[in-house]
Amino acid sequence: MPAPIGVLALQGDFREHRQTLAAIDVDSIEVRTLGDLSKCAGLIIPGGESTVMQKLAVAYDLFDPLHDALKAGLPTFGTCAGLIVLADEIIDGIAGQAGFGGLDVSVRRNAFGNQLDSFEVDLEFKGVTGPAVHAAFIRAPIVERIGEGVEILSKLSDGRVVGVRQNNLMGISFHPEVTGETRIHELFVSMVRGI
Amino acid sequence: MAKFVMISLTRGTPFRLVAMSNSSIPTSTTGTPLVKRGLAEMMKGGVIMDVVTAEQAKIAEDAGAVAVMALERVPADIRAQGGVSRMSDPDMIDSIINSVSIPVMAKARIGHFVEAQILESLGVDYIDESEVLSPADYVHHINKWNFKVPFVCGATNLGEALRRITEGAAMIRSKGEAGTGDVSEAMKHIRTISGQIRDLSAKTEDELFVAAKELQAPFELVREIATTGKLPVTMFVAGGVATPADAALMMQLGADGVFVGSGIFKSGNPEARAKAIVKATTFYNDPSVLAQVSRGLGEAMVGINVSDLPAPHRLAERGW
Repeated sequence: MPAPIGVLALQGDFREHRQTLAAIDVDSIEVRTLGDLSKCAGLIIPGGESTVMQKLAVAYDLFDPLHDALKAGLPTFGTCAGLIVLADEIIDGIAGQAGFGGLDVSVRRNAFGNQLDSFEVDLEFKGVTGPAVHAAFIRAPIVERIGEGVEILSKLSDGRVVGVRQNNLMGISFHPEVTGETRIHELFVSMVRGI
Repeated sequence: MAKFVMISLTRGTPFRLVAMSNSSIPTSTTGTPLVKRGLAEMMKGGVIMDVVTAEQAKIAEDAGAVAVMALERVPADIRAQGGVSRMSDPDMIDSIINSVSIPVMAKARIGHFVEAQILESLGVDYIDESEVLSPADYVHHINKWNFKVPFVCGATNLGEALRRITEGAAMIRSKGEAGTGDVSEAMKHIRTISGQIRDLSAKTEDELFVAAKELQAPFELVREIATTGKLPVTMFVAGGVATPADAALMMQLGADGVFVGSGIFKSGNPEARAKAIVKATTFYNDPSVLAQVSRGLGEAMVGINVSDLPAPHRLAERGW
């Protein structure tokens, strides 16, 4: 049996990610400790508050191991706050905010404004065939700078980048886990299994 | 001009009108039930803290709060000072919005839809239609479908929670007894709601008609809960949470997250207590972590036993 996919379960909508994986028959575990992390073939960093995830990761000695695991090639997929903590540069973060890094992009937090500006929209997503991806953007970030070797997976109609991949790391601004969209998780699972 | 589209909320519930914004993203829709409920999903496993100044909001953010609740007086002071308690001064709410990057919530009085309109225009991320303030309407709650900003509402039992959801609440919190530091009411409310959900799951379809009548909630919503075994929105716990152990207790009982009101800034060392409650909410199942974060926090807020409160001073009994 293949090793499970881990979902970082410090804070946020990690249960929805596990449900989405279950819907495509993929085993998952919640990751809160180093021991959990060592069991996973890939990692999902859920939506939530990026500042809180960072603090909890530091408090529980997960911050450096996560940074190292990502650097060593652990396939990792971040949604919303998960995208923020994967980015090498965070714009509009709080003082001292840093992520696990590895993705050579600059990401702006709360890029669309407050909750009144949260929205749903249909998108094209590279590697996803069939109907458009229905995406929910909730106090969402956007990718403002793209480094060399970063592939753009999805854009809004005005050209703003909301999905990227670089080697083992994939990050998106929106939440397929809350709209019942499974195809992006399938894409990530293929990444993990090296298909 | 706003256009309107029909959006189905959940299986079988009535269709509602949702305003489409003219934002810069073509064909996108704001203020939908999905994005309203979605923000609460992102706060799961987190702590929402009451703050009365920008400095306190900063302390809360630095301690790892997932959101702050901006209000003029924490419930313990409202209780001590008495009088009519209302929405906070917009200047104060603005200063808190400008001081933090995490979501900011603010309270409106039960039924006071104009306070809610003002809070929405200020750009708060969530409105709490709260029994902690003096009710403005003893019959009706706010029609929350009329707003693009999401609402959280208190509930003491499943019927109350379902009535609030029917009125458009995107998040539920158990009421507890705010401003007491006594967690027993919060305990009673979350046990009641969870127990009633379990009871529904055990009923046959035939029995759900009477169950809906008894809960005073729409049949379709009652049937949905009997099928899924959970509320269609996130449920946090509030009222009387004062220690890391209290927060972990609520999480072990199935809460999605915790509101802490007076418990932090009415204690001896707010910063340390805030951090400890955040950690306890994540590691709620690990007694050794809970023991570690419970050490050396200084004095907890001075509590009031709910049983010593005369009935007219019980906030949880406001709302119906």
